[in-house]
Amino acid sequence: MKCRVCRGPAVIDVRRQNANYCVEHFLRMCRDQVNKAIEQFAMLNPQDRALVAVSGGKDSLAVWDLLSEAGYEADGLYVGLGIGDYSDASRGCARRFADQRGLELIEVDLLEDFGFDLPSGARAARRVPCSACGLTKRHLFDKAAVQGGYDVVVTGHNLDDEAAVLFGNALRWHTDYLARQLPVLPERDGFPKKVKPLVRLGERETAAYCVLRGIDYIVQECPLAAGNRHLGYKEALNEIEATSPGTKFDFYFGFLARAAALFRPIAEADHQNLAGCLGCGAPTTAELCAFCRLTERATRAGRGAGAGAEVDGAAVLSAHRGPVADGA
Amino acid sequence: MKVVLRNPRREIELAGPMSVVALLNKLELKREAVLVIQDGTIVPGDATLADSDVVEVRPVISGGAV
Repeated sequence: MKCRVCRGPAVIDVRRQNANYCVEHFLRMCRDQVNKAIEQFAMLNPQDRALVAVSGGKDSLAVWDLLSEAGYEADGLYVGLGIGDYSDASRGCARRFADQRGLELIEVDLLEDFGFDLPSGARAARRVPCSACGLTKRHLFDKAAVQGGYDVVVTGHNLDDEAAVLFGNALRWHTDYLARQLPVLPERDGFPKKVKPLVRLGERETAAYCVLRGIDYIVQECPLAAGNRHLGYKEALNEIEATSPGTKFDFYFGFLARAAALFRPIAEADHQNLAGCLGCGAPTTAELCAFCRLTERATRAGRGAGAGAEVDGAAVLSAHRGPVADGA
Repeated sequence: MKVVLRNPRREIELAGPMSVVALLNKLELKREAVLVIQDGTIVPGDATLADSDVVEVRPVISGGAV
């Protein structure tokens, strides 16, 4: 295999581009694709303060590395979910990455700061763990960004993530989710601006970027995610991609170019119904936001099991009114 | 050759020489779903692995396993 740029020995093929790359030109291609996404969708201004949602996995560390290298002021936020050894290992990867580069990593711990861990919270709320995890992280990232005065929240969603989510939402015509599945969500109604600079890179490329940059990320899978629906969608799309390279890219970017605008009125209608959560003040369409409901159920179940007593609802709500994290 | 697999981490021994593509076929893995790593870099699909080589086959699908 020869590099498409320099004709030297290639280390990786990118089939949807019908191209092979050496180390130097693969890394340059990754940077170029991220810069192109940032420009194409007006994700970031050079003076923006960005808060990167960091899990310790390949995508979040890759995007943090790419933005820092490009000169953006980017702090990280890690949420400890209390998923046993997996959380310990992922926190270690996030800390080592930040320490080695002199970057600021803010940490929130679900058990210490809110009184429950994700596995028990999901059980108490009778939610699928991935659902409870997603709503928890979205809430805490939003809150930390608003309280910390950040201009934008950056997430490591890549092309495979976006194509798989789009596939799942289209299969069931979740039009409200389709209306929000964009690479940029603007700041409005109490929500911070959110951007996904990796949407032009597949996850094999983000993994390769980390390997070639010497980034130590957590390879271990989340024990709660195994067999989830999202993974099934990725596998189905990869079956198609194997015989028709570029399908995932065309699917997602075709949606953005030709279909996303059709769902915009649904997103607008959702925003009309937003009000402040009675528990934490976050924007929500219900009296209590989803995170406050999760916290209430999780802490009630925990206290009930530990003390055998009912918990006062007001006390539960006040327990998570404090700051999200030092410096946030 | 020694092949390190992940999730869970384990090792298997296979006889070399063997191309990367042949290795992945033998393991019934799709190239799009993994990286083959040796000494901190990526081994291209057309490379031949020697009997004495040690390589890691790393899944790249989040939540995926090899």
